[in-house]
Amino acid sequence: MNPFSSGTRLRDMIRAIRACKTAAEERAVVRKECAAIRASINEDDQDYRHRNLAKLMFIQILGYPTHFGQMECLKLIASAGFPEKRIGYLGLMLLLDERQEVLMLVTNSLKQDLNHSNQYIVGLALCALGNICSAEMARDLSPEVERLLQFRDPNIRKKAALCSIRIIKKVPDLAENFINCAASLLKEKHHGVLITGVQLCADLCKVSSEALEYFRKKCTEGLVRTLRDIVNSPYSPEYDTSGITDPYLHIRLLKLLRILGQGDADASDRMTDILAQVATKTESNKNAGNAILYECVETIMSIEDDGGLRVLAINILGKFLSNRDNNIRYVALNMLMRATTLDAQAVQRHRATILDCVKDSDASIRKRALELLYLLVNENNVKPLIKELIEYLEVSDQEFKGDLTAKICSLVEKFSSEKIWYIDQMLKVLSEAGNFVKDEVWHALIFVISNASDLHGYTVRALYRAFLTSTEQETLVRVAVWCIGEYGDMLVNNVGMLDIEDPITVTECDAVDAVEVAIKRHTSDLTTKAMALIALLKLSSRFPSSSERIKGIIVQNKGNLVLELQQRSIEFNRILQKHQKIRSALVERMPVLDEATFSGRRAGSLPTAISTSSGAPSNLPNGIAKPATAPIPDLLDLSSDDVPAPSSSGGDFPQDLLGVDLSPTLAPSGAGKPPKASTDVLLDLLSIGTYLPVQTGSSAADILSSSQDDKALASLSSLSANATSPVNAAPMMDLLDGHGPGPQKPKENGQAYQSLVAYESSSLRVMFNFSKQPGSPQTTLIQATFTNLSSNVYNDFLFQAAVPKFLQLHLDPASSNTLPASGDGSITQNLKVTNSQHGKKLLVMRVRIAYKTNNKDVLEERQINNFPQNL
Amino acid sequence: MIRFVSLQNRQGKTRLAKYYVPLEDSEKHKVEYEVHRLVVNRDPKFTNFVEFRTHKVIYRRYAGLFFSLCVDITDNELAYLECIHLFVEILDHFFSNVCELDLVFNFHKVYLILDEFILAGELQETSKKAIIERMGELEKLE
Repeated sequence: MNPFSSGTRLRDMIRAIRACKTAAEERAVVRKECAAIRASINEDDQDYRHRNLAKLMFIQILGYPTHFGQMECLKLIASAGFPEKRIGYLGLMLLLDERQEVLMLVTNSLKQDLNHSNQYIVGLALCALGNICSAEMARDLSPEVERLLQFRDPNIRKKAALCSIRIIKKVPDLAENFINCAASLLKEKHHGVLITGVQLCADLCKVSSEALEYFRKKCTEGLVRTLRDIVNSPYSPEYDTSGITDPYLHIRLLKLLRILGQGDADASDRMTDILAQVATKTESNKNAGNAILYECVETIMSIEDDGGLRVLAINILGKFLSNRDNNIRYVALNMLMRATTLDAQAVQRHRATILDCVKDSDASIRKRALELLYLLVNENNVKPLIKELIEYLEVSDQEFKGDLTAKICSLVEKFSSEKIWYIDQMLKVLSEAGNFVKDEVWHALIFVISNASDLHGYTVRALYRAFLTSTEQETLVRVAVWCIGEYGDMLVNNVGMLDIEDPITVTECDAVDAVEVAIKRHTSDLTTKAMALIALLKLSSRFPSSSERIKGIIVQNKGNLVLELQQRSIEFNRILQKHQKIRSALVERMPVLDEATFSGRRAGSLPTAISTSSGAPSNLPNGIAKPATAPIPDLLDLSSDDVPAPSSSGGDFPQDLLGVDLSPTLAPSGAGKPPKASTDVLLDLLSIGTYLPVQTGSSAADILSSSQDDKALASLSSLSANATSPVNAAPMMDLLDGHGPGPQKPKENGQAYQSLVAYESSSLRVMFNFSKQPGSPQTTLIQATFTNLSSNVYNDFLFQAAVPKFLQLHLDPASSNTLPASGDGSITQNLKVTNSQHGKKLLVMRVRIAYKTNNKDVLEERQINNFPQNL
Repeated sequence: MIRFVSLQNRQGKTRLAKYYVPLEDSEKHKVEYEVHRLVVNRDPKFTNFVEFRTHKVIYRRYAGLFFSLCVDITDNELAYLECIHLFVEILDHFFSNVCELDLVFNFHKVYLILDEFILAGELQETSKKAIIERMGELEKLE
């Protein structure tokens, strides 16, 4: 015997593998076995082929690659004996799938086996075909399978039926051939064949509408009868499951009836009796019974019905809901969601039970119940429901809170009839689960608050109270801080008290305390602190007496490591120190937002604009001005620094409102928001493309504010945008791009640049005269003048230039290509060079000049590096 | 339609995996791993149905083995739960008090039984007796 033959028996190999203690050991054993098997395959060893494949299959189950065994399968299938074929087909199904090319080779063997005299072998072939056949194989072998549908042995018939299912799924065109055979299968008595026949019909209906029509007309009655027989049949030990005879057949029949009855009143009519019978008579204390009831309910829901059955169905679902078994409840909730579309009234009756399910311990049930509840809410029941949900919010799990909060918020928003109710509910939600509330939600809340002018006092007091108790909810702190800032005076003076309120005395000191807490808390994040700073500024205007204290607090942040906070505190401090006169104008009450604009913005349709209207500029842009109008530069736009990336549209808008966009990655697209989208040159022109004076280049604002002598203002209006490298900014930005070497103001309009003698030799001089267009410092216009210094005239004068990648060159045609001798005339040619790295890299150019003189061709090349520095 | 059947033990080792939809080997491993993860940590009080990608997995634990069936979203879960139970009963009958080791050493027979029970992703036979009889006939031919 060959020393390499795999002598180990299957059992021994399995034992050996199981005895391995470590993965490495196992790999070693497997490797050895695979090697032996491979050797055996190479030898074409007949005796052990069977065993080898079995081993290979085991190895495959373990997870190791076994592709080398695929051909072995084919050889085994081609052998004559049943055991070999069996293992061959098994291996085929395990190691191969329909996408492999190798499968095609089996087609012939399959064909022969399908026609075999041994029905067990036919069974094997049908099995393999049904599990992994590809479309081509299906087409080839479909006639065989059709024939087998009428075979004498029921085992073969049922296998053929399922095989046909696969065939028609792969090749829907062949469906017509199977219709008649399938119909005859429905009359069978053998359960196995019946169930497979029913399944085949169901799939035929899905694939071919012709089949659907046929079955609907011819077979509905028969099916109803069969179902009746099954339901009424006596106890049969073979098919009994928990007291019901063959529940699977029940379910399949119901499913087929559903397909036939859907959309067809006639067919639905014929089923109503049997459906009612099944619905009422089936026992529901075991899973099998419940499965049947579930299918029955689904069928009732789908077919055309006048209502009697529907009520029955929903009652069943109601009973399911109160079942202790989680599975049943889950299934009921699922179905109820669909039932809501059909008959919402009936489902409403079970609202209480559904509410209980929301509080269940099983996560999937909770989720389903919440979704269902969401569908059930209408104007009448929203208030008590929300009350319950919010109560539950307090005790719910962390994972669930997010979901629950989102649903509550959207429900409240959708159904709120009065603003005060809305504000109340939102406050409660924020106090409980503020950390889960999304940004849009609290932005919307602030929007509503600012619109409800009569409720300002009430709101700010309520927020203050809430703030005192739940400071760990970030969004609550933010909203509270904003309101206290805006309406601090109402808070302290108890303005606009409503009857339902308890009186509360809040002094100015308390209000400032609250905001101070917000800043000082180490868990406050950037947004909160920034909002708090602005709120303090507002308060300093509303409570003049606390000005000093507020200044003290603000000053503490002057050295803050976060640029945003540092900048804000420095600027606000400046205002407090030097600009008391305009302070109150700065922090006037926010104007009421236009609702339509707000919802439009929220939908993300309009890009947001920074600038404000003319008149008293509030220190926060309220973005009402549409980008089309040329807005007056918001010189005091203190907070539109760190302009959000252009991609964020909706949701930005309220953010601007609160001046809260603080993306730590300072978007270099400086001002001009929306930078990319807007083609409004004017906007960008007047945009806040200011840069800190300490950096190179001055600010655009300087140009416009040159009338204002007050340097401080200019510094106020500077943004923290780092020196926007022109690379990133849209070209339009550079209209006022102040980048130049050194801190001087850029001089526009034809500054005199030194002209350059680019090239001079005894025979030729090239002079470059530079100019720049106002407003595009990147682009230099060069006028090149060529002078012939020799005594021979130059003909075919050609000037060529090459520039490195960061420059773009455009050559205009020369004035002529004959250069008269001795400087008696010159050729001029205009060049335009655009420097994409303007400010970083200087111009550099390689020139080549070619001309003919004295019947000689002359070529001169030179690199020009000495462009003026200030270009 | 059943997309795949899988038997896994608590440690995640697959004892049986039959796919009725084509999948690459690596995808199969990924799927088995994910299903195992989904199923092994669930509280027994929870439902036996889990959402898995765009389908559903219906599972049940018997001793140390998880029997999982991945089916289409629209299928009747309770029916498949019964299916799983029927399969386990058949195995039990065939191997006389089946245990995991039986399934390991006789994996090819388990596949045979499965092939008699489910074909092309659909139920083939609902009578335990019929399947056991058939298996007997097949064994005689070996």
